[in-house]
Amino acid sequence: MFSSSMIMAILPEILLLVLGLLVLVFDIIWKKRDGRDLGWLTAGGLLFILILSAFLVRPATSTEVFGGMLRYDMMGFVFKMLFIFGAMITSLFMMDSEKLGNRGESYILLLTATIGMSLMASAADLVMLYLAIETTSIPMYVLAGFMRDDKKSTEAGLKYLLFGAMASTIMLYGFSLIFGFTGSTDLVAITGFSMPLAIGIIILIMVGIAFKISLAPFHFWAPDVYEGAPTPITGFLSTASKAAGFAVLMRLFLGLFPAGGDYAPMWTMVMAVLATVTMTLGNVVALSQTNIKRMLAYSSVAHAGYALVGVVSLSELGVGSVTFYLIAYVMTNLAAFGIIAAFSKIVGSDEISAYAGMSRRNYGLGLVALVAFLSLTGMPPFGGFVAKVFVFAAAVEAGMIWLAIVGILNSIVGLYYYLTFLKVVYLHRMEGENEEAHPIPLTRPYAIALTVLSFAILLIGVIFGPWFNIASSAAQGLF
Amino acid sequence: MTFPILSVIIFSPLVAALIILLMPADRKTEIRVAALVTATFALILSLWVYLSYDQAAAGYQFIEKYSWMPQFGISLHLGVDGISTPLVLLTGVVMFTGVIISWGIEDRPREFFAFLFLLASGVFGVFVALDLFMLFFFYEIAVFPMYLLIAIWGWVKTREYAAMKLTLYLFIGSVIALVGALAMYFESGMGTFNMLTLETANFSPEFQKIWFLPVFMGFAVLGGIWPFHNWSPDGHVAAPTAVSMFHAGVLMKLGAFAALRVGIMLLPVGAKEWSWLIFAFATVNVVYGAFIAMTQTDLKYMIGFSSVSHMGLVVLGFSTLTADGMTGAGVQMFSHGVMTALFFAATGMIYDRAHTRHIPELGGMMKPLPWVGTAFIVGGLVSMGMPGFSGFVAEFPIFMGVWQVTPWVAILAVISIVITAAYIMLAIRRTFFGEMPAAFEGHITPIKAIDKIALVLLAGLMIGLGMFPSIMVPMVATGVENVLRILGGA
Repeated sequence: MFSSSMIMAILPEILLLVLGLLVLVFDIIWKKRDGRDLGWLTAGGLLFILILSAFLVRPATSTEVFGGMLRYDMMGFVFKMLFIFGAMITSLFMMDSEKLGNRGESYILLLTATIGMSLMASAADLVMLYLAIETTSIPMYVLAGFMRDDKKSTEAGLKYLLFGAMASTIMLYGFSLIFGFTGSTDLVAITGFSMPLAIGIIILIMVGIAFKISLAPFHFWAPDVYEGAPTPITGFLSTASKAAGFAVLMRLFLGLFPAGGDYAPMWTMVMAVLATVTMTLGNVVALSQTNIKRMLAYSSVAHAGYALVGVVSLSELGVGSVTFYLIAYVMTNLAAFGIIAAFSKIVGSDEISAYAGMSRRNYGLGLVALVAFLSLTGMPPFGGFVAKVFVFAAAVEAGMIWLAIVGILNSIVGLYYYLTFLKVVYLHRMEGENEEAHPIPLTRPYAIALTVLSFAILLIGVIFGPWFNIASSAAQGLF
Repeated sequence: MTFPILSVIIFSPLVAALIILLMPADRKTEIRVAALVTATFALILSLWVYLSYDQAAAGYQFIEKYSWMPQFGISLHLGVDGISTPLVLLTGVVMFTGVIISWGIEDRPREFFAFLFLLASGVFGVFVALDLFMLFFFYEIAVFPMYLLIAIWGWVKTREYAAMKLTLYLFIGSVIALVGALAMYFESGMGTFNMLTLETANFSPEFQKIWFLPVFMGFAVLGGIWPFHNWSPDGHVAAPTAVSMFHAGVLMKLGAFAALRVGIMLLPVGAKEWSWLIFAFATVNVVYGAFIAMTQTDLKYMIGFSSVSHMGLVVLGFSTLTADGMTGAGVQMFSHGVMTALFFAATGMIYDRAHTRHIPELGGMMKPLPWVGTAFIVGGLVSMGMPGFSGFVAEFPIFMGVWQVTPWVAILAVISIVITAAYIMLAIRRTFFGEMPAAFEGHITPIKAIDKIALVLLAGLMIGLGMFPSIMVPMVATGVENVLRILGGA
């Protein structure tokens, strides 16, 4: 009954929980701590978990554990590593963030959300899946509204909660339909839907997931929440949380309506349309933003659309390329939000115009901005390029050349606003042209995190073979 | 294990760019010296490749192959043939002279040279890549530094507009070609991006007819093909001197070269099907470009449109699908590259002193700037296709090739030479001879010794090639033979 693979399957989660408890205890008993101590503890702990799990937890085969509640497979493993990495970087960003940095709760909430995400990526049962989604969402609602005396942050928290709760409810209704008609909650075992039922389920579940990964037309919360939430949290929300949504999306739809089945053409068509709308809307609206956080919010809406292109192609290459895309995207977007967090901490503004002369004020930060935004654009030798090519390749392979062309036209729109931002950073001058007098000192956590991310983006972009191997091994379990 | 010269050529500018980025910003002289050392190194290596290319053996040489992503058949597969070898040398020459010309850049030279080298690295990569994926990889690397180089160091009045326009045009072109490349990959069913293998894929004629135009035109945008040439003169004008040199001298060849390598060589049936259209577009390029150049009063705009006209000759040569035409086009790529680099270098030197490029405002520059004047005149003679200069060696075969296809087009295209002669002569007379306006008195300082090296190198290459065509023409012809073999075999 009990086997070692059961422990291995949830070892990262166990360790995350232990770390969370440690932070909680230290928060209470360690009164004379320095402002960053809890942050270092969290980041160091996450690094330890990341390394330990990478060596110990990697599964050889795909098995079901805990009576079919969880799957212990490569897909879960890859996503868990990604979430833990994202949480580690986020905790580095949080350290120097006012009101987040020295509060034990913020780290505990972050760790709890990470546990939830890890379970989301490996859940194999509808009940488990729902629990995991809620374990992720509730801490995120709190974190988004963490700065209680800031109106925008409070608004962000409330808005996220209301929209999120509604989307969860709708998705739960979809789950209940599945259980009601088939009598099972096991993702793999469920089969045999009638046509109207399948349509209903696809729509209901899609709404819930579309909210999570901010697909149009369920993206309305994203810009407001991204703008209002503390910037490190926004970074986490737009990367790890979105990747978790994609993990669920792939597992759920490929499990319920497998490729080659009767309903596969139907839901892929729905998603192809959603992807088109999402990419186009995200990019076009991003063009007119003057606030960098809102611009990145719309840009991350658009990126969800690109990644969805890979899902639509419904092949191993497709799912592998989505996973690769998400890896590259998590690194890139974290770097982008890290820059914003570091910058606004000194300057106190998120307006794009405030970034004038940034490359002269801090040369290194300017270079990181170059790397991050060019990677978002999809330029080599950065991760974004290869990721985009693979996703579009998957669409071409599936015979959906029109979708690849839509994606490509969209990335041209994206090029425009990303370059416009870089232009402000590199070309425009501050008033008075005395940038040297207004340096932007980077504190150590930011410097470490941004350096790690820049190198990671370059590494993924240049030596993409091994990374893609990992990504595609994640995909194999689903077919 | 032989010395991996091609990968050293590609990656040494990249490594140098990283090192330069890490140097302290106030060490401007050290940064410049580091840049010059790198450029010299690249020039020597590319010269070495050029000289040791075995013409008797022909085919692809200096081949290197490292598996990069076996599951997709992507490898870092490098090699040069008779067409790309001169282009590698050209890149080395332009890189070297470009660094010399940019010696005086005071605003953030560190970033300038780093971005310039990133660009150079991408350019080398495209010329030597034998893998379709890697070709795109390097192609994009060559495109985006242009944006920064123009936007940051360009001419204040138009730089933001021109940089964005250029980047959008090139990006659109390249991604459209990319979809075509992906379609080829999956259509072939071979699971490889290796272009030498894809050449044997025998795509169905229907497939080739659909995809040839997007692929060819997507790349040819960078070659300045009409009606997508519009970005090019704006870009030339807005860019700082060294970047103009790179842009017109090397980057536009990138487009023509990739259009040949991917468009014509991988989709030969499509090329035969559509060659009439490309032929027509290129003819418009040649004639229209020359006419527009004649009406310009800004020296840089004049050279920019003359580039459009001359690049039209390159594409025209390719589209004839004849041995003469393609050989001429191959040589024209080199000749035009050196020529425009020289033109832009000379114009930059004048502008730095006179602070204007408006031809009617200039005059009498020959006296204070004899080196610049002489170099400009040499460039002008090349541009007109004067025998004894490289332009003749290149353009004459192109017209021969065109004659074989449609004689009256050859006659039409030759008109462009007359027009070229007219505007070049006019510009030389107005800029370098006559009275020097009094306002310039005392401002026109002599050029530095190091600038002379650049001018002499560029002018010497053009005269040398004009006098001794045998140093390049047979080499290009071996490359063209291979292209014709593919076209014939299809």
